[in-house]
Amino acid sequence: MPSTADIQAGLAEILEEVAGVTPADATPEKSFTEDLDVDSLSMVEIATAVEDKFGVAIPDDELANIKTVGDAMSYIEKNQG
Amino acid sequence: MSTPTADVVVTGLGATTPLGGDVASTWEALLAGRSGVSRITDDWVKEFPAQLVARLTSEPAETLDRVRTRRLDRSQQVAVVAAEEAWRDAAGADSGVAPERIAVVFGTGIGGALTLLGQDDVLEEKGPKRVSPFTIPMLMPNGPAAAVGLAVGARAGVHAPVSACASGAEAIRWGLDLLRLGRADMVVVGGTEACVHPLPMAGFAAMRAMSTRNDEPERASRPFDKGRDGFVLGEGAAALVLERAEAAQARGAKVYARLAGAGGTADGYDLVAPHPEGEGAGRAIGAAIRDAGLTAADIGHVNAHATSTPLGDTAEATAIRDAIGDHTLVTATKSQTGHLLGAAGALESVFTILALRDQLVPATANLEDVDDNPAVQALDIVRREPRKATFSAALNDSFGFGGHNMALVFTTV
Repeated sequence: MPSTADIQAGLAEILEEVAGVTPADATPEKSFTEDLDVDSLSMVEIATAVEDKFGVAIPDDELANIKTVGDAMSYIEKNQG
Repeated sequence: MSTPTADVVVTGLGATTPLGGDVASTWEALLAGRSGVSRITDDWVKEFPAQLVARLTSEPAETLDRVRTRRLDRSQQVAVVAAEEAWRDAAGADSGVAPERIAVVFGTGIGGALTLLGQDDVLEEKGPKRVSPFTIPMLMPNGPAAAVGLAVGARAGVHAPVSACASGAEAIRWGLDLLRLGRADMVVVGGTEACVHPLPMAGFAAMRAMSTRNDEPERASRPFDKGRDGFVLGEGAAALVLERAEAAQARGAKVYARLAGAGGTADGYDLVAPHPEGEGAGRAIGAAIRDAGLTAADIGHVNAHATSTPLGDTAEATAIRDAIGDHTLVTATKSQTGHLLGAAGALESVFTILALRDQLVPATANLEDVDDNPAVQALDIVRREPRKATFSAALNDSFGFGGHNMALVFTTV
């Protein structure tokens, strides 16, 4: 099972690929929309990529509650197999 | 200022084409007689009757950043590349024109076909959940106009005429209207197309509209030649920046030409076949000349639509002969660029403007054996090498499946 650091690194990779976010900027306190300029369509792509990478599906109603990189990390951590 | 007779001028040009990645390299290659046509070597093409294509010389990803590239369909990418060149050329960002007074009119013939077809493959292979959330904004036909609008910060309006191969020319006509009506102070106009894919290729081939001269790619597009057998599909985009002459002068902008007039008609004849005598085409040409306050005798040069199809070229020749006469110097630049569909009218308007500037008419490549049709025979079609001439007005016409006819008149300043 990936560690918290692994999850953060994996998310950073996804954010770079999908939204051009510099990996060093993908820290837990960052808000996707406010700080990282990730729009709602890109969030959908991120959710798909998270499912591929971590095997964790994020339903739409859960996705709406994920505001920060840290929120995404905890969701993945809690729900991974 | 916003009278219907307001003088409108062209202050910026941009293009990315099968001849070059910008206006200067494209124009140079055109005058040098180079061809943008090549044979497709991918496996899928083996069973295709028509295997030729005119691809871009520069990939848009070389110019645009990676994230922007992956969110835009190829037709949007090339539109943005061309529009940004035109915008820089016009020094639009330094013009002081408020975003609320900047408009965009950008047409496409087919739209985001590569996205539509690519995402359909995703749907079939992986299911609906895997379809990209950017599918719709990438495939919608107003997508290129919207992407250009964001690139130049246009807030007066963003419009997307769709009239097949007349779309680029129609966009320029709409831009002229917006400026004459005072609805904007600066308009980025143009056309784009990027649909090199098996389905459009198969569809056009099924219409028997494409050249099957597969063994001689560079000789395949041969407008007005007896041996022509269809067009060659091209990809690319071209853009112009338009503004009222007074405003351009006041800000000290470089002015290429006046967009003096425009005309548009519909054939009302057939969904795809051109009227054999080019009746609607001739009316569009006549309307554009009158709109420019000129007479047929003033038109020294015509950049013809001439796609290299058997019926289209003779119908157009008839229209040009009857509406303008045999004095005008005609050229058909699709002989080298291929047919850029929704971008054609914009690219050929760029060529028309540069011909005016340089007083030099590019040659029609591959015109070896002029068609016997009396109208084609009557025209003075420039061939073998570019011809120097003195002229102050030039016309570009474009026609699209659906019976759309557009004509634009440019004059020296």
